[in-house]
Formats: sequence, structure tokens, C-alpha cells
Amino acid sequence: MYGEPTADGWRAWDPGRSKLGGMFELGFQTGLSGGETVLYLGAASGTTVSHVADFAGPTYAVEFAPRPARDLVEAAEPRDRLFPLLKDARTPTRYAHVVESDVDAIVQDVATRGQAEVAVRNARFLADDGRLLLAIKARSEDVTAAPEAVFESALDRLREAYEILETRRLDRFHEDHLGVVATPK
Amino acid sequence: MTDTDDSAGWFAGGTSASAEAAGDESALRARIADGEADAPRDWPHLAVESGFADSRADYYDRLHEASVAATREAVRERERADDKQLVHAVRAMDDCERTANELAERAAEWAGSLFDEAEPGIEGARAVAEREPDGELERRAVSLSARVADLAAERDALAETIDRIAPAVAPNLAEMAGPELAARLIALAGGLESLAKKPSGTVQVLGAEDALFAHLSGRAPSPKHGIIYTHEYVRNTRPEDRGSASRALAGKLTLAARVDHYSGERRETLHAELRERMATIRARAEEGKDDDRSGGDADAEGDV
Repeated sequence: MYGEPTADGWRAWDPGRSKLGGMFELGFQTGLSGGETVLYLGAASGTTVSHVADFAGPTYAVEFAPRPARDLVEAAEPRDRLFPLLKDARTPTRYAHVVESDVDAIVQDVATRGQAEVAVRNARFLADDGRLLLAIKARSEDVTAAPEAVFESALDRLREAYEILETRRLDRFHEDHLGVVATPK
Repeated sequence: MTDTDDSAGWFAGGTSASAEAAGDESALRARIADGEADAPRDWPHLAVESGFADSRADYYDRLHEASVAATREAVRERERADDKQLVHAVRAMDDCERTANELAERAAEWAGSLFDEAEPGIEGARAVAEREPDGELERRAVSLSARVADLAAERDALAETIDRIAPAVAPNLAEMAGPELAARLIALAGGLESLAKKPSGTVQVLGAEDALFAHLSGRAPSPKHGIIYTHEYVRNTRPEDRGSASRALAGKLTLAARVDHYSGERRETLHAELRERMATIRARAEEGKDDDRSGGDADAEGDV
């Protein structure tokens, strides 16, 4: 779909191009094994979400910028359980009429300020035992501050709605990113 | 068939697959694009219950079809709102305004010779356009006034359009400069890309080309500001600090244009930095002479 190697209907998933791919490679307990309902925030051009939709169940892909969303639509067209939405992840009411409640997982990879805030606002979609799989990009919050300080304040905000299960730096694949797995409080 | 219920899904008002009509599909796409709900619900279940879909699988099939179509349409629409369109809109707005004012003068002069109470300007033309004409000459004068009123209305409609599309074309620039000034800067530079490639010193004097060339040929001092003079940060700063204010504003506007062109994402730090810088510049007025009252409320934040 984006020039990745394929064989016998399998597609190589490059952990260096995908934050979620990196989280899998580092052994995060993502709770994803196949067939789950997924809400994907920050789908961009659909690179990662196309992999997700290939093994998960119904997958809602939210992206705000029109240019990448054009590619997302192309990725979604042949995948009949992938639903592309041109929406701002900061205002969930604009897509709550489409995305169903109690999804099994929220995957979030948005590169705006207030990444923790976005996760908190979207907690309403997640089932009680669902998982939030979040990649926090330190540079999107504050380019000047130390990444550790940025991660700490983001985690503090997250704890208001979530219980944090696991955190680990993704530096092997993505510099200054923190991978987070959490579940609703 | 507009459904404003806050707890309804995108398929509310849609008919079952078997009774599907062409108009129905476009209404569903519009619901996906523009609808809202306070909270998510078990939409697949509700859709089957309400008879919109025969089964969960059928529901997902219809959602796939509608969401792909709706998003493709929304993307196309957002991409069509490009900088060239914005340039056309702002130039057309200026032409409408200039022509309306010019014609209004002529119409007022004419109407003044025919009717007793003819006011000058666009408002006067609107009043004359309402009159019941008597005879051929009056009919022509009233008709001319009606054109003026129409042109003025077109100008207002163009301004509204600019307010709406400028934030889509250049979110940071439009937020910092306001939609109209953002559109003018883009028009003066000849596009968002060329604006993004201009140095901040050029952006500062965009629209002041006459003064700039007078300066370059040694006849005048260098201009402090061009079209950005219309910005509140420049206009409402006391004259001796306007040079600093327009330099600071132009610097951030240039960065905003670059972010808009190369990334397209909103960048809050940019706006915060400009607010801070302006507070510092305006605080000077307080420190210096106390008789200067141009400071305004920004000064309150200035003494941190």
C-alpha cells in the first residue's frame, strides 16, 4: 500500500514508520489480538491504520488534515471495515454520532499540543476494560522542555481519566516518543 | 429532513437499505460530515433496531460506503479552499467595494436632482433603490441605485466567504492576522507559498511599495509598515513604538505563513510568543511618559 514488502497476502509492518508497530515490537501489552473494534485518532495517510484494519474488526480512523486524509480514503476504500472520518480529535462530539460506544481500543498518534487532553476527551468511547494505546510526541507539546518533564505532565493529565498500565520510551524506533498503555479508571 | 437530536446517530432519518433512494444517500453523507452527538452509543445495535440496517454486517457495509464517500467529498471541499481561491475572493471584494462607492456617488448625485431626500453613499443608494420610480428617468436612477445596493451586498457576501475559508487555507495566519488581513497578505505576495518564502522585512512593508521605492531612491524615510498597519497590534500602539510592533508582528506572521504552508497544523506557541512580545512593547508606554494613553489592557500583562 505504501511500497512495503508483501508475501502470500502478508504485508511487512515497519516499526520505524509506525508508532504502534514500534510498540508491538517492544513487547507492549497492547491487548490487540484480532477482531477488536478500534478507534484510531490521528490516522494520517493511513499507513498504520491500514495494518490495524487488516487484523482488527470495525476500525474508525479520524484524521483532521485534508492532504493525508485523501490517502486515508484510498486506503479505506478496499477495506470494508475501515471507516475514514475527516474530524478533529479534540472535538469528539463531532464524530460521536458515527463512532460507536464501548470500543475495545483507542490508538492515538496525534501530533498536536495537548495530546493527553485529546486522550481524556476521547475516553468516552472506550469500554470499561478497553485499552488506550498512546504515543506521546514530546516535541509536539514543547520543543524547548526536556522530554521527561513533558511526559510527566502528560501522564498526570492522563491519570485523571485513566489508569496507566505501562509506559516505555520508543526511542529505538521513534526519538522522543513515549508509548503508553492505559485503561479507563 | 434535518435532524437536530443530540442523541441520534448519523443514520437517523435514513431509510432501510431496501427502500434506499438516491437523495437519501447524500443526506446520510451530509449527516456524517456535519452531524453531532453528545455521546457515542451502540449505533450498530440501534441501527438494526430502528430498521435502518438488517444486521450488524449490513450496518457496517453501509457505514463504510457512506463514510468513504463523505470523507472523500469533505477532503475535496477542504482542498478546493486553496490560497488561489482566497486571492480571487479578496480581490473581488475590493473591486466590489471600490466600484460600489464610485457608483454610489454618481447615483446619489443623480437621485439628488430627482428626489428631495437623497442621502449620499451606499446607505443612500439603498434607500433610493426602494423607491417606486415615476417615468423613465426616475426608473433609470432607481435602477442604478439598486445595482449599487447589489454590489454592496456582494461585497459583504465575499467578506463572509473570506472569513470562512481563510482559516482553512492558513489557520495560523488567519488566527494571528484575522481572516481579511491574512487574505490580503496572501494576495499581495501572490500566494501562500510565496508569502512563506518572503523574509519578514518584506512582509512588514507589503502594501507600502510606493513608500518603499520612494525610500530606495533617497526621497523618503523607510516605511515602518505596509498593510499590516490595519492590525490592532500596530494601529493601537503609540507612534514611537509602532516600528517595533510592526517588526514583531511581521516576524510572527512570516513564521505563521511558513507553518501554514509547510505543515498546515495550528501552532499555539507562535501566538503565545507574539502576545508576550506585544505586552513588552506596550509596557514601554507605561514606563515612559504617563500622559501616553495608547497602552490599553495589554499593559496589565506586561509587568511580569
